[in-house]
Amino acid sequence: MHAETVNRKAEALAALASVPSEPGAPKPDPILVVDNVVRRFGGLTAVEVEHVEVQRGSITALIGPNGAGKTTFFNQLTGFDTADSGTWTFNGKPMNGVSAHQVARQGMVRTFQLTKALSKLTVMENMRLGAQKQRGENFFRALVASLWQPQEDEITIRAEELLERFKLAAKRDDFAGSLSGGQRKLLEMARALMVGPELVMLDEPMAGVNPALTQSLLGHVKDLREQGMTVLFVEHDMDMVRDISDWVIVMAQGAVIAEGPPDTIMADARVIDAYLGAHHDAPLTTAEAEEQLHQAEAELEAEIEEKA
Amino acid sequence: MDWTLIFIRAVEAGIGTEAVIYGLAAIGLNIHFGYTGLLNFGQAGFLAVGAYGVATTVATFGLPFWLGIAVGLAAAVLFALLLGIPTLRLRADYLAIVTIAAAEIVRLVVRSVALQDTFGGTDGLEAFSDDFYGMNIYAPGSYDIGPIGFDHRTMWVLTVGWVLVAIACTVVYLVMKSPWGRVLKAIREDEDAVRSLGKNVFSYKMQALVFGGVIGALAGFLFALSRAATQPDLFSTELTFFAYTVLILGGAARVLGPVLGAVVFWCLLILVKTGMEEAVNHQVITFITVNQVGSINYMLVGLGLILLLIYRPQGILGDKREIALDAR
Repeated sequence: MHAETVNRKAEALAALASVPSEPGAPKPDPILVVDNVVRRFGGLTAVEVEHVEVQRGSITALIGPNGAGKTTFFNQLTGFDTADSGTWTFNGKPMNGVSAHQVARQGMVRTFQLTKALSKLTVMENMRLGAQKQRGENFFRALVASLWQPQEDEITIRAEELLERFKLAAKRDDFAGSLSGGQRKLLEMARALMVGPELVMLDEPMAGVNPALTQSLLGHVKDLREQGMTVLFVEHDMDMVRDISDWVIVMAQGAVIAEGPPDTIMADARVIDAYLGAHHDAPLTTAEAEEQLHQAEAELEAEIEEKA
Repeated sequence: MDWTLIFIRAVEAGIGTEAVIYGLAAIGLNIHFGYTGLLNFGQAGFLAVGAYGVATTVATFGLPFWLGIAVGLAAAVLFALLLGIPTLRLRADYLAIVTIAAAEIVRLVVRSVALQDTFGGTDGLEAFSDDFYGMNIYAPGSYDIGPIGFDHRTMWVLTVGWVLVAIACTVVYLVMKSPWGRVLKAIREDEDAVRSLGKNVFSYKMQALVFGGVIGALAGFLFALSRAATQPDLFSTELTFFAYTVLILGGAARVLGPVLGAVVFWCLLILVKTGMEEAVNHQVITFITVNQVGSINYMLVGLGLILLLIYRPQGILGDKREIALDAR
């Protein structure tokens, strides 16, 4: 297990090693390819992405300041909102104009920034809901329990395994509404896995999660890659992005402004600019910070001397 | 005051024709509102298309009774599709607006002068129920259990009605504990979550609308057949709101909620009405006349519904954690 862990991450990094750090850079094996997606709300252009690719089997972070259009972009890709123009393909299949449930069935499953655990269903029912091609979801077959019960049992076993992994097994029969914020995030992620996705799209998986659970959540995200899934996630916290992502895409004002491995991106002036905006003179490196500190000290000393 | 009479009337109403009709109408609403969260304020329209489906086919066109039943059911399905296609993709409130209007349109169409030859205008239609009563298993006469009694025609309506209620409840029970029902309950809470899990939400909402509408049409058949006549104004908006009261009283999203609600509602309604009438007749109450009792009774229904929603929105059987009425 551990050997494989190293493997998948190494594979992803090796595949991305030769990719130039520039917006729209082509990837060796893209699972998702986006071209010229534009979404306007009245006069505001929320999303205007020229070209972006997501490498299969990698963990890709989508970062950017508030209002950069990350969630809107997510909504376009997953069919929850209609793009004004543009095309995108998933596994080579065109996905623009495909409805949200069809997108999920194709293997592109998302979670939401504001967690959508179904609080009036039990944790187990939430999980079962995620399973695809259920015979009992047809009205007429639903009338005859023997037609769907065997499949339901299989689904339940799979759900129990996932709940065990996500440390929610004890909550199995509780209403999802009784879970804590972090547990709901875990449930939502586990439920998404019930769909059997190839690409998991997590919209701010760490938002509102207490620090004790963050590490466990990060572990689960890494696990997804180990199991051969591709992860695209929106996040604010740069430390977490650095910790788990193989590749980072930066959005600002609707457009992709930078791409690259996490360390390159953290040092990119445009990114810092986009994030910090008004604080242009903020230190970028430790050396700069020290220099600024010295300067301030010198000024203070001069002031004190003047007074004396 | 004749207390025995008051209680006999109340019990008769509780198991009588009205209770069965409203019970069925509310079972349909329960599928819409209780399980799926669809705000259908036009259940009266589904009863109307059912009632007029059978009445028009038999009385106006002289076609067989069973064809009339088929026409009524088909009309209910068509009505559900007409309502659903434009509104189910929109927010929940749009369905509420459209259904209340559509039910009124149905009522106004069947009472219109222009279509009087087909639907009978304000007088409605009659002479379509002979085949129904021809199947009566009860010999003519009165059937009494203690002081409670019904004639053979009412007995036949009640038998058919309660059998339909039992079948409807069984079907609802079976589908709601299945994965199909799970999708509906999930939609009630958050459509987007359900979409993100690969379910065609529109299709499920449409299925729920059709299913509940067809049960509404069954109530419409009974309504028309029990009276051996149908008039447009039987299907006004208050029918829908009574059905909602019945549903909420019994407990939404519970299989037996609407049935219990209908029994209790009609029991209480007639208990209070007969009680007031008796009290007026025996000069216990002197400040109102017998003619005013009916209106006051319906004011009390409104008051009762308000109090119910404030103090016990889950009704008699409901689970407060599950109910969609979490305004507080």
